[in-house]
Amino acid sequence: MTIKIDLPQVGESVTEGVIGRWLKKPGDFVEKFDPLVEVITDKVNMEVPSPYTGKLIAILAKEGDIVPMGQPIAEMEIEGLSDDEPKKFTPDEDSKRRIGTLIHSPYPMGPTGTSNLDTSIVKEDVPKTQRHSPAVTRLAKKHNINLSKVKGTGLGGRITRQDVFNQTSFSEQASTFKPSTKTEPLNVNVEDQIVELTPVRRMIAESMSKSATTIPQVWSILEVDVTNLVKLRDSLKEAFQEKEGFVLTYLPFFVSTVAQCLKNHPLLNSTWNNHNIVLKKNINIAIAVAAPHGLMVPVIKDANHISITKIARKISELIVKGKNGQLTIHDVQGGTFTVNNTGALGSVASQPLINPPQAAILTTEAIIKRPVIINDAIAIRSIMNITLTFDHRIMDGQEAGAFIIDLKNRLELIDSTTKINSAP
Amino acid sequence: MAEKSVIEAIREAMYEEMQRDENVFILGEDIATRGGVFLATQGFLDHFGEARVIDTPLAESSIVGISLGAAMSGMRPIAEIQFADFIWPAVNQIIGEAARARYGSKGILEVPMVVRMPYGGGVRGGLYHSQSVEAYFAHTPGLYVVAPATPYDAKGLLKESIRSNDPVLFFEHKRTYRQVRGEVPDEEYTIPIGKAEVKRKGSHITIITYGLMLHFSMEAAEQIAKEGIEVEVIDLRTIKPIDKPTILDSVAKTGKALIVYEDNKTLGVGAEVAAIIAEDCFENLDGPIVRLAGPDLPAVPFSPPFEDLFMVNTTKILHAIRNLSAY
Repeated sequence: MTIKIDLPQVGESVTEGVIGRWLKKPGDFVEKFDPLVEVITDKVNMEVPSPYTGKLIAILAKEGDIVPMGQPIAEMEIEGLSDDEPKKFTPDEDSKRRIGTLIHSPYPMGPTGTSNLDTSIVKEDVPKTQRHSPAVTRLAKKHNINLSKVKGTGLGGRITRQDVFNQTSFSEQASTFKPSTKTEPLNVNVEDQIVELTPVRRMIAESMSKSATTIPQVWSILEVDVTNLVKLRDSLKEAFQEKEGFVLTYLPFFVSTVAQCLKNHPLLNSTWNNHNIVLKKNINIAIAVAAPHGLMVPVIKDANHISITKIARKISELIVKGKNGQLTIHDVQGGTFTVNNTGALGSVASQPLINPPQAAILTTEAIIKRPVIINDAIAIRSIMNITLTFDHRIMDGQEAGAFIIDLKNRLELIDSTTKINSAP
Repeated sequence: MAEKSVIEAIREAMYEEMQRDENVFILGEDIATRGGVFLATQGFLDHFGEARVIDTPLAESSIVGISLGAAMSGMRPIAEIQFADFIWPAVNQIIGEAARARYGSKGILEVPMVVRMPYGGGVRGGLYHSQSVEAYFAHTPGLYVVAPATPYDAKGLLKESIRSNDPVLFFEHKRTYRQVRGEVPDEEYTIPIGKAEVKRKGSHITIITYGLMLHFSMEAAEQIAKEGIEVEVIDLRTIKPIDKPTILDSVAKTGKALIVYEDNKTLGVGAEVAAIIAEDCFENLDGPIVRLAGPDLPAVPFSPPFEDLFMVNTTKILHAIRNLSAY
């Protein structure tokens, strides 16, 4: 009869083998235990002996094939075996019981230190749901972390204390300024990129979160006709560039006008102090400057006492310093009110966040030519939106409205008679 | 600062204390004319005379018994037991009497006695010259058990032990005697009993150890640092009482504890350290408390390959660190 020869099982953890060189060819007579074929597994290289005496009639797996254990690799013709008498060994029940069953424990032994722990084997055997170490349990509870969503980096995928720390690093820091908010665990995929916080980024994050969560902020937006300001600036800019070496922008006009205006509206130049309000004597205007590592807000001190040109020089100096990362603590300290020229980026409306501990912030938006109605006639005018955000704890809409209207009027009054070189 | 060996530091400590206090005297087998089997008391007989440097018969019970009586009478004896392996005849004098004298007499009797014992294996000493017996005594209240690992600690702790008004068992690891050298200040100093020392700072795993194993642990810690694993190494220095705060502070920080000791594993000092951590540091643990210790054999084997197999060494410690670190 014809019998199929299977690739035998070698070793408990081996599941397949690569067929090597065949040592017999079809037609060869083979004695029992004669080597038939070489088999290469990841554990052993071996010669498979023939289980029978007979003639090799067909090779079913050729050299280089990857064959699972138990799969047929050849056919042999065996004499003396009839088809209806398959020779198969079946152990009786008694001997089965005597031999017993090998139980593969799903739980690994912990590292005992003195015994050699083969971590490669343990990894496969660790069950998917596992118990957590006391440190992991305590930290997860403390930080409200769902451990089923945490990817473990420990032995067999165990969640280590460090894994939990990695999840909490954000909320640990966040908790310093968000006392009651629970941070949802961040689901980070392998492809996602992690950007570590620079000190500046962290500072901005803390400051802005504090602003957004502790200050009741109200904003108001107004249109300002800056046609005459545009004309003035156009008439000055070439001579200015030649004399000063840098471009005259609108920002110095805004800073100067805001500083003058603040003199009449002290609440806008103040600080909330929990049980009282501190009206600041100095008017120090902070301006937003893009720096390599993030937003910087350097300060033009006593902006109400210096000329527009001087303000322009100061701004130019601060911007250069900001771009080169040279701003010092001295440059960014003491601001009492912030002006952010969002118009430089093309924005027409924005809702700025107060820069703590200040009381208000103003944005000046893009200047756009628009048809407007003046004395029932349509005129083309340069229009700019300004947005004021203020701390509602310190003032109400009336005070803030009075300031922004005053500011609007002052900006609209800037014209060819405005002196940019003399101190106000 | 001069570099000295452990045995030199011990010799200096005794010499200085004998000069400082005439109540201090030494006794033991071959310690006078021969200067001791490890030469700890070499030259003492010539300098201090036979009244204070006393050779005794081969009888540990009487060495400690005489010391006990002298201590109760106001003297400060330093008894040298040639090898810690020979202490057994004197156990009744130590545990039965010395440890209980103060308690049993309502504080009337004091036993300012030091029993010095060279201990430990790794010296091809065989069954009778290699034992670690500190755990037997650390179990008994009323005794101090001290086991320094460095020349500096040996000198400071021995001086403190000699000045102690209660009995101190002073364990000196033989292999450190001449193989460990370190700086010892010329100035007078002592080290308080009961204070462990962090010998190396680290954040990932705490090793708690003492004696010869400190040096293997330090070696392993330095090597594994190249793999990015920073091991904190605590030298207990005193086994009774154990310095709990130092252990707990460190394990609370690292979350993982590896206890390394040379003695047989079962019911050794490491068992107590493990229990302290489990009791008071449970919520900070991020892995099993691991004990790396000698196997539970009746003695350190004489055959060199077997002794090597018995002894904890740097390679075994490295292996244990890697396993616990991966956990």
